[in-house]
Amino acid sequence: MSFVSFSPLPCALGIAVYWIALGILGLTQRADREAGRILYAAGAAGGLLLAVTAAWALGDAPTAIQLPLGLPGLPFHLRLDSLSAFFLVLLGLAVTGISLFSTGYFISGSTTNDRVTCLHYHFFLAAMVFVLLADDAYMFMVAWESMALVSYFLVTSDHRFAEIRSAGFLYLVVAHVGAMAILLCFGVLHGPDGGYTFEAMRNADRTPFWATTAFLLALVGFGAKAGFLPLHAWLPEAHPAAPSPVSALMSGVMLKTAIYGLLRIGFDLLPIQYASWGVIALALGLVTMLYGVLFAAVQTDMKRLLAYSSIENIGLVLAAIGLAIVFRVHAMPALAALALCAALFHCLNHALFKSLLFLATGAVMHATSQRSLGRLGGLIHPMPWVAGAALVGTLAIAGLPPLNGFVSEWLLLQAFLLSPELPDPYLRMLVPVATAALVLAAAVAAYVMVKFYGVVFLGQPREPSLRYAHDADVWQRAGLLFLVACCVLAGLFPVTVLNGIDHVATGLLGRGMGDAVGRQWLHVTPVSAERASYSPLLVLAGILGVVSAVFLYVRVRYHMRTRRAPPWDCGFPAQTSRMQDTAEGFGQPIKQIFEPFFRIEREMPSPFDGAPRYRARTEDKLWYVLYLPLVRFVERIAGWVARLQHGRIQWYLVYSFATLLALLVLIRFQ
Amino acid sequence: MSFANQLVDLIAALLLLTSFAMLAQRRLTALVDLLALQGVLLTAATLVAAWVTGHAHLYLSALLSLVLKVVVLPTLLRRLVRRLDLQWDREALVNTPTTMLVGIVLVIVAFNLALPISALSGTILRGALGIALASVLLAFLMMITRRKAVSQVIGFLAMENGLFFAATSVTYGMPMIVELGIALDVLVAAFVFGIFFFRIRETFDSLDTRHLETRPAGEGEDV
Amino acid sequence: MLPQYALSQLLEALFAVVVAPLALGWVNQCRAWLQNRRGPGVTQPYRVIAKLFRKEVVLAHQASFLFRAVPYVVFGCMVLATGIVPMLATALPFAPAADVIALVGLLALARIFMALAAMDTGTAFGSLGARREMLVAALAEPALLMVFFMPSLIARSTSLTTIVETLAHQRVAVHPSLAFAAVAFVMVMLAENARIPVDNPGTHLELTMIHEATILEYSGRHLALIEWAHALKLLVYATIGIALFLPWGIAEAGHWAGLPTAVLALVAKLLVGGAALAVTETVSAKLRIFRAPEFLATAFLMAVLGMLTHLLLEGTA
Repeated sequence: MSFVSFSPLPCALGIAVYWIALGILGLTQRADREAGRILYAAGAAGGLLLAVTAAWALGDAPTAIQLPLGLPGLPFHLRLDSLSAFFLVLLGLAVTGISLFSTGYFISGSTTNDRVTCLHYHFFLAAMVFVLLADDAYMFMVAWESMALVSYFLVTSDHRFAEIRSAGFLYLVVAHVGAMAILLCFGVLHGPDGGYTFEAMRNADRTPFWATTAFLLALVGFGAKAGFLPLHAWLPEAHPAAPSPVSALMSGVMLKTAIYGLLRIGFDLLPIQYASWGVIALALGLVTMLYGVLFAAVQTDMKRLLAYSSIENIGLVLAAIGLAIVFRVHAMPALAALALCAALFHCLNHALFKSLLFLATGAVMHATSQRSLGRLGGLIHPMPWVAGAALVGTLAIAGLPPLNGFVSEWLLLQAFLLSPELPDPYLRMLVPVATAALVLAAAVAAYVMVKFYGVVFLGQPREPSLRYAHDADVWQRAGLLFLVACCVLAGLFPVTVLNGIDHVATGLLGRGMGDAVGRQWLHVTPVSAERASYSPLLVLAGILGVVSAVFLYVRVRYHMRTRRAPPWDCGFPAQTSRMQDTAEGFGQPIKQIFEPFFRIEREMPSPFDGAPRYRARTEDKLWYVLYLPLVRFVERIAGWVARLQHGRIQWYLVYSFATLLALLVLIRFQ
Repeated sequence: MSFANQLVDLIAALLLLTSFAMLAQRRLTALVDLLALQGVLLTAATLVAAWVTGHAHLYLSALLSLVLKVVVLPTLLRRLVRRLDLQWDREALVNTPTTMLVGIVLVIVAFNLALPISALSGTILRGALGIALASVLLAFLMMITRRKAVSQVIGFLAMENGLFFAATSVTYGMPMIVELGIALDVLVAAFVFGIFFFRIRETFDSLDTRHLETRPAGEGEDV
Repeated sequence: MLPQYALSQLLEALFAVVVAPLALGWVNQCRAWLQNRRGPGVTQPYRVIAKLFRKEVVLAHQASFLFRAVPYVVFGCMVLATGIVPMLATALPFAPAADVIALVGLLALARIFMALAAMDTGTAFGSLGARREMLVAALAEPALLMVFFMPSLIARSTSLTTIVETLAHQRVAVHPSLAFAAVAFVMVMLAENARIPVDNPGTHLELTMIHEATILEYSGRHLALIEWAHALKLLVYATIGIALFLPWGIAEAGHWAGLPTAVLALVAKLLVGGAALAVTETVSAKLRIFRAPEFLATAFLMAVLGMLTHLLLEGTA
């Protein structure tokens, strides 16, 4: 275009380096309010710049550079294609909101060491950028492990509490199991001449067996990070333990890097897919989704509730990816593109609204130091800003028009409704079941979100101190409002977003959704205008038009007299806040209907109790079925291994000596 | 697809619907009504078959199923329910949604089983055979999940309906003599069951089949 | 061309808004007749709404801005829903803005706001009602979507106007799966409109309320709007049912001459449908609250089964 051509890849790299510099700067600063503010706000500016840069690069051809770093003979390769660019946009947007919020959050008297947190926080951001830019297995693993390690430190910021330490440990263990699987996957994938660059892997020939092995390893490895069943157990433990902006980053962005990895390997590095992969991913996604949403319905801790809801959303994305693979294998690229676009759109949406909701819980915890739903309530009065922002997030995540959550679910349903065109009769028979699972999960998600919003923000405050809760400060409001604006805009202008995403689908599948999206701006028409169309802008205009017309009519025609009085409530006289539904009460019907899914411990009063108590604990059955036996197994093995340990130096020398001898003998006979 | 085939498909779907309604329904009188409805559907299916093939004996067969399955057997069962003073089969062993979920799995299985057979037979009605098989399996499922003996008899009759539907719609009718024999068998079976019920109730004061699990000493032969 | 269509859209929405209370009144009147009562007359809902508009609003101390906005939002959603469902003609310029999935989304939006408003006052019955309403919704909404998907698969479109045009103006074709859809739809309709086997619209017995519990704290113009929206919702469901399962007689796009017939056909169908609803309600008993999920799960599974039947019997292969 011009002689000073704008190149996004160095720019993205520059922003990552800039974040590292900010982190180091934060370490050297004294825990001074103003300096901290400037650092996080500067980080937010970097996020916005990253989003703009990456959006710019969405339609461009891939660019690659080599860094003069890394091992000798194995330099770091970086590459920016449309897939990376899309996830960088997602990262940039979420980080802008979260960093703005953090500006107000980390400063005011948290128990953590602010300087170290600032360092970890910015290193975490940079590590995620490197994960998205890496173009060889070595660079990818370095970035991936740094990301896991730094996020572990962030989770255990409040390391003085035992349960936070154990949550962090669980997270670290699962992350490492996942990393092992990814490493093995790269081992399977490596090129014919041992090349570990992604370029060599793309061009390598593989038998179907090894390709399938690689895909399954990737599913396990990235599934451990994303929280696919049964590797989800760390999510509901680690998210509540972390400070809220970190939870927002982990849930909103870090889980998406796992999706990125799965797409990178499943579509890019493995150019040929097999139908069984799609069915596995679809089934796993649907099960994860239902599991997540049912457990979200019975949670009593607001961050655990959101964590389970993340599991649900990730399951939805995985199901969409599975559907895309199925379509691709059956040579229906347009439909594959539709399903893939639905998956990517949902990734973006989830990054936006889940960050928003985690930040809102952060503001609530900041103001009330309460996390348990049983001690909140009525916060819409003292905290109108946070309540308003959380309302938008709630409606968006519940998948309601005209906000963004609805668009991606709508696209996915359209893709499902097109699947009867599949040639395989067995696959076709799965369609009704899969669709049913999807819509059921979406409906229960609405239930969950009403519970979340209603119990936290509406009704009477369940603790007297809540009346004096303070609203979010200016920076926090700015962060919340930025994410609200993103949610609303992505919801109202889905065609613009889809045009961007379409480049990714074109890059991965060789074909995008095509003209069906591009020509219109008002209506989304994934296949054709007769088939289906949806226009959020018109829906919103319709609702607003009717509402204002009715309001004006009522105002002109009738009086607007209003009187305040105590609530009626069928005439019951005493109305304390304890008479409202608690979180347990609100989740009880779901618990009752889906009882076989849960492990419920009930503490029932006997008829003769002087002070009767009722308590029910709902736990994850998988924990007892899968994890605890595994732990016992590992402990048993550890017990055997421990017999080798005597603490005497001579024995250790004997071990080394024996090993040395064995190796020498081995080499001799090779 | 010809109109007659569409009609048979519609009847098949309605048969499946009634089979599922039987799984969901707990009131015994309503169950009997559903059974009668199945009889009406079978009559209609036989009429369609008669109309298509022009075999005169199929009209006779339709008349037979009308008399037997819509009038005689339901009347018998209704009287039985009234005389035995039964209204509800209250506590099913498994709750309704679970039963229906299993039912959906059964339908998929039945279709998959029927797929090669209907491909072999060459008739155009690939769906109808699957549905006939599915309604047999569903009736079986209903018999498994109910406690009261009357529901089990209704399940037995529904099973026979499924078989009958398979016979008429897929092979366009059995020889008349076979049909008459089956009809007689069913009728006799219904009478025998009726007599059994009274004996069971005399012995246990209830029609709950759980009581059969513990046979009272010395009276085992009566049951 | 365009203003003409816009006019038809506006007229249809107005028609719906005006007729909705009448339809509700007709159902109530039929119920009264069936119960050997004289009944209040079919115009009673109008009188109730007019009275409520004139009354003063009494707000609970705890009520926030959400509580005051909700009646308008709910009413707006319902009016918009009538704009999507073809009642008299399939020429609806607004229809491309929202297909059946968006229609279900709109209804869900209204319900979620209703549930939030019920929780807003912080009363025992409000939160109880919200919980039960959301429970019914969590099962009825997927069932409704699955019901919609069957005609969508037949018409190869999720746009309601395309579906209705396909079903109303095609050659004679029998779709067995629609039988399942119809059964499931009737069950969902009863549940979503708080009719008898699931909820009782006439009850004020505290422990059995579902929908009534969510609107306990409303009064005056707010209550009037909610009642009106409720009547509209019944009409929307009735016209959806008519459009999907009895579409004959609807005016095609651009055929103004067909309009009088369409009006007559619609009125006749609504009269019969309302009477049938009243009969259903009279002959059935209200379910215990925990039988309601079973009822809805049955509807949901019926719809799933219908879709399966469609794929197996009417499959493309």
